[in-house]
Amino acid sequence: MSGLGSAPVPPIGPDDHVRGAGETPPRIVYADYECPYCAVLCQRLAGGGECWSFRHFPVRSKHPRAWAAACAAEAAGLQGRFWEMHDALFADQGRLEDPHLWARAGALGLDVERFDADRRSDAVAVRVRRDFESGVRAGVVTTPTLFEGGVMRVIAPADT
Amino acid sequence: MSVVAAGTPAPDFTLRREDYRRFTHEDLVGHTTVLVFYPFAFSAVCTDQLNLYQEVLDRFAAEGATLYGVSCDSTETQRAFKQKLGIAIEQLSDWEPKGATCRAFGVYHEKGGMPQRALVMIGPDGVVQWSWEGEHPGVLPGANLIFDALAAR
Repeated sequence: MSGLGSAPVPPIGPDDHVRGAGETPPRIVYADYECPYCAVLCQRLAGGGECWSFRHFPVRSKHPRAWAAACAAEAAGLQGRFWEMHDALFADQGRLEDPHLWARAGALGLDVERFDADRRSDAVAVRVRRDFESGVRAGVVTTPTLFEGGVMRVIAPADT
Repeated sequence: MSVVAAGTPAPDFTLRREDYRRFTHEDLVGHTTVLVFYPFAFSAVCTDQLNLYQEVLDRFAAEGATLYGVSCDSTETQRAFKQKLGIAIEQLSDWEPKGATCRAFGVYHEKGGMPQRALVMIGPDGVVQWSWEGEHPGVLPGANLIFDALAAR
């Protein structure tokens, strides 16, 4: 049985979402779009210009719209606009219901019908779940959790 | 006092289910049971812990394990906590006599009047297969640790 036993955090791969550039040890953030501390941390990382990667860690009983928001970001990514949707979700965490997601997709110039089908698709669910499970295996217990050079750092609110 | 060690038969104990029925040593027989001892309903780390385990509850079930949340809160408090979180993890109360089961498992925090954060996995034969206790109640054990223990059976 495979289960979800311990494993090192997977290194950044070709289909990870990577932002910034540079030769610093890559940073990987496990976060969700309904988590306010995640919004602050990701904004800080984006402002720093260094290389980092975003992975989904939605816990539905804690943040009921985090899963839908993660799928929305992935669906936008299928039209080449992952980071634009990522920023739009974090920019207004009080509006994450379906009509708000459609409005964001429209504002980004996406094919909204395709976006809506994609965000509900098995492929997108598998993609989000893959991130989540890699986090569980690496010992992630809450968001945001940052890995720097493979070493875990839980980010306390005061750090963001 | 420290948590019961692997290889030790689970002690005799009585907890109360959400419907007040008794949950005892007999309920362990024939199942793999994981008792999740947590300090207080509604507190921050306990909330994060149960939310996280809920997210992978189907995977625990696939491994043949049943998780229960155990605390010294009253049954009413536990039911309200479970309802607020929207989780399915059954709650077991060690309310009266307070902490008796926690003491029997070696996880009662005397100064705090609460269970230490601890995990106890008991096999179908009623023997402890694995246990974990945090350095302090603020340490949240990842779900991966339980899956490691299940894989090592």
